[in-house]
Amino acid sequence: MPETYIARSSAIAARILGNEMMIMSAMDSTFFTLNEVATVIWQAADGRTPLSEIVERRICQGFEIEPEVARRDAEQFVNALSEHGILLISDQPILEPKLGASETR
Amino acid sequence: MTPTAELRGIQEVAVEIGDTPILLRTNDAAFQEIVLHRYARFLGKGARPPLTFDVDIARPEGALSDEQELRVWSDNGLWRFVRGDFRAEWDPRARRGHILQTLTPYAIDSVLRIVHTLIQASEGGFLLHGASAIRNGRASLFSGVSGAGKTTISRLAPKDAVLLSDEISYIRRDGSGYRACGTPFAGELGRPGENATAPVERLYFLAKGPENRMDPIETADALRMLLRNILFFADDAELVKMVFHSANEFLGRVPAFRLTFFPDERVWDLIG
Repeated sequence: MPETYIARSSAIAARILGNEMMIMSAMDSTFFTLNEVATVIWQAADGRTPLSEIVERRICQGFEIEPEVARRDAEQFVNALSEHGILLISDQPILEPKLGASETR
Repeated sequence: MTPTAELRGIQEVAVEIGDTPILLRTNDAAFQEIVLHRYARFLGKGARPPLTFDVDIARPEGALSDEQELRVWSDNGLWRFVRGDFRAEWDPRARRGHILQTLTPYAIDSVLRIVHTLIQASEGGFLLHGASAIRNGRASLFSGVSGAGKTTISRLAPKDAVLLSDEISYIRRDGSGYRACGTPFAGELGRPGENATAPVERLYFLAKGPENRMDPIETADALRMLLRNILFFADDAELVKMVFHSANEFLGRVPAFRLTFFPDERVWDLIG
């Protein structure tokens, strides 16, 4: 199975408040609030670290979540954010996040 | 000679809202009358150099665009605003613009609101869908969706309160704080706000209920509600980022509360 790489779009405005990440899409002004687990994934979305590694090292170990559950939830989360263009998904490392959605898989 | 008579004799009128004068130049006497009447409390040239708009009135009357929905976009540094009753463009660098509109006050109201939202976006302020009033030298903001009680809370304001607006409030960055400024943009109350200003003390999100109570709001919830009520017209990514940043900064300095109120004047005892 190919790896999945995720990167934050540059077309967003974001700020962390408490344990939650507030994100506003600069493309359509949609507003998102991420919970603590989603915030960890968001912050780790550097375009170079595979999603599987983020889930294993940051989610399963940090929050004591079963790997299968964590993987499924993480995939749903990144797919949902990519549909709004605020997270980019690729099967190759993403070196320079572009504006908007540029899903390549 | 009255100030109004003096202004009638010239072809330009400065409308100053939020300490930002906008000079409207026109040859159309009927349009001048609308401006002089509608913005009577907000006329005059302030200390800041004005932005200038040349205004032409479309005759005969009719829609200027097939687009009834407002569109605001940036085109090579030039802002363009289009709606059925006006077409406008504004060059922020040259501080000049042009408006072609039908002879209605609603068109110039909208253009002024758009220009002010664009100006304030880059200065850390914003226009808020909300009422505002000054009491004891401090301003309170009352925001909420239609029906939340903006006009009601304005109507219940005590005599010593200075009403800045019952519909659109003007928030400016002022050093480490914020100031609320009066606007001529009226809601159901049907009268413009006073041309006054004061430091913002609190932001309230309104809800009607069986009793008066004030509850603090988590910053994340306040941010969500504030962004929902900031006037924002442009389809522009950089501007979205600026507004998001401004809302965050504002909530870092001004406490936000949920104000549930039973519609009688006792709610103002709680507001202070």
